[in-house]
Amino acid sequence: MSTNVLFDLPGPRARRRQRIGTVVGALLIAALIGLALYRLGANGQLEADRWAVLFDPASGVPQALGEGLLNTLSVAAVGMVLATVFGALLAVGRLSDHAWVRGPVGVVIELFRAVPLLILILFCLLFLPTVGVPMTAFRALVLGLTLYNMAVLAEIFRAGILSVDRGQREAAFALGMRKTQVMTLVLLPQAVRRMLPVLVAQLVVLLKDSSLGFIVSYLELLRTARSLVEFFNFSFGNRYTFQLYVAAGLIYIVVNVLLSQLAKYVEKRTRRNRKTAGTGQVELPADAQMGGGSGVAATP
Amino acid sequence: MQFLSDNADLLWSAFLTTLSLAVVSGVCALVLGTVLAGMRVSPIAPLRGLATFYVEVFRNTPLTVVFFFLAFGIVQIDLQFPSRFITAVAALSLYTAAFVCEALRSGINAVPSGQAEAARALGLTFGQSLRQIVLPQAFRTVVPPLGNVWIALAKNTSIAAGFAVTDLTAALQRLANANADQLLAVFAAVVAGYLVITLPSAWLIRVVENRVAIVR
Repeated sequence: MSTNVLFDLPGPRARRRQRIGTVVGALLIAALIGLALYRLGANGQLEADRWAVLFDPASGVPQALGEGLLNTLSVAAVGMVLATVFGALLAVGRLSDHAWVRGPVGVVIELFRAVPLLILILFCLLFLPTVGVPMTAFRALVLGLTLYNMAVLAEIFRAGILSVDRGQREAAFALGMRKTQVMTLVLLPQAVRRMLPVLVAQLVVLLKDSSLGFIVSYLELLRTARSLVEFFNFSFGNRYTFQLYVAAGLIYIVVNVLLSQLAKYVEKRTRRNRKTAGTGQVELPADAQMGGGSGVAATP
Repeated sequence: MQFLSDNADLLWSAFLTTLSLAVVSGVCALVLGTVLAGMRVSPIAPLRGLATFYVEVFRNTPLTVVFFFLAFGIVQIDLQFPSRFITAVAALSLYTAAFVCEALRSGINAVPSGQAEAARALGLTFGQSLRQIVLPQAFRTVVPPLGNVWIALAKNTSIAAGFAVTDLTAALQRLANANADQLLAVFAAVVAGYLVITLPSAWLIRVVENRVAIVR
């Protein structure tokens, strides 16, 4: 249903009312923002030299934030690659003809989707060292993100494989291909291409989740900002606190918005492409985008 | 088992904190998200823009960053929440509302346009047709996605542990330090706490879905 079914185009009087309402509302919001800025100014947060520290290489802040961003991106990149590979394997396992493969794989997928991501990360960080696996915050974060996202991606891939037209599979069997060949040469390539937009969208979710590194003291953006603040507090009091937090938050938002736009662009291209046309719904459901461990069951 | 009975009080209060955190923020997010969804389909362009902006910003912000700003950022404009718990509720509600809005909007789009056309032909205003015709049907179709949002919210409450709320995850961290020899039991107890919330929810969602689904 397109939304303009819900109302008529406004006439002259309604338009005037709307214009007045818009002006009043805009003034209200402007007043709120102004008040916030005034408070900030009164606390001296808007002084130019407080913000200049963010761009001053001599203070070491840009380098540190850059490194934080790099750490964030590297966790997300490693996690994404691993999760994609294992996710594809799990999806194939879930669709296996043998119950002894299908069953355990299903249990693994459901288990890792059901546990909060933070608990998974803490499990890797706290428990695995006691059984002799050397752990760092980076490894725990990557492992937690991989375990969770591979389960999510497995479900996505499975839906993708099942959405490939039945004729493809039948034709491949008719040509005398073996099960493995049908899967690896015919079904998976088409499924992955169809699911590309969803994969990119999942990357946004993963990047968002990498901020959990803050809680396990991995030096990603937020933790970097926090430790910079603690460092500066030592010599300057909380002079630069607000600026550093704003910088870290903004970097996160900008990177994520860029990635989201990329996901939209990929989706548009996929839809235009004749080979993958008619895919239908390929957007991530709202709950999957929340990250942090979504959806135990309740399949639509 | 010895360990469980020793820490029953801590675990129970932590479980209650997690549960109330999830329920209170779930209700707030549902209300805020419904208002946002109404704004996104409203005839007034600035309201649509505002809601779209809100959703885009919060969808692309990690929940940890939202927590971070409410816990450490707004002090700078002389605001403060009365307690850590309320800070966590605010962060979770603000974040989740964006996803509730998205789920609801897809539900509104799934209502056949004949319904809204008929409502308008009967002379209902935008508010009336949204409240009495479109939203009731939309809510019925979005039970599964909304339920999944709720389950995700229940699990996302674990992030509050990083901001000094003593929920299940915080209990986990405390117990893990004290009982290094029984780590597995600690993890099992805490995960069970989350499952006690999520599994019945998943079951309930399926029941409600079957009850209210509209067969078209």
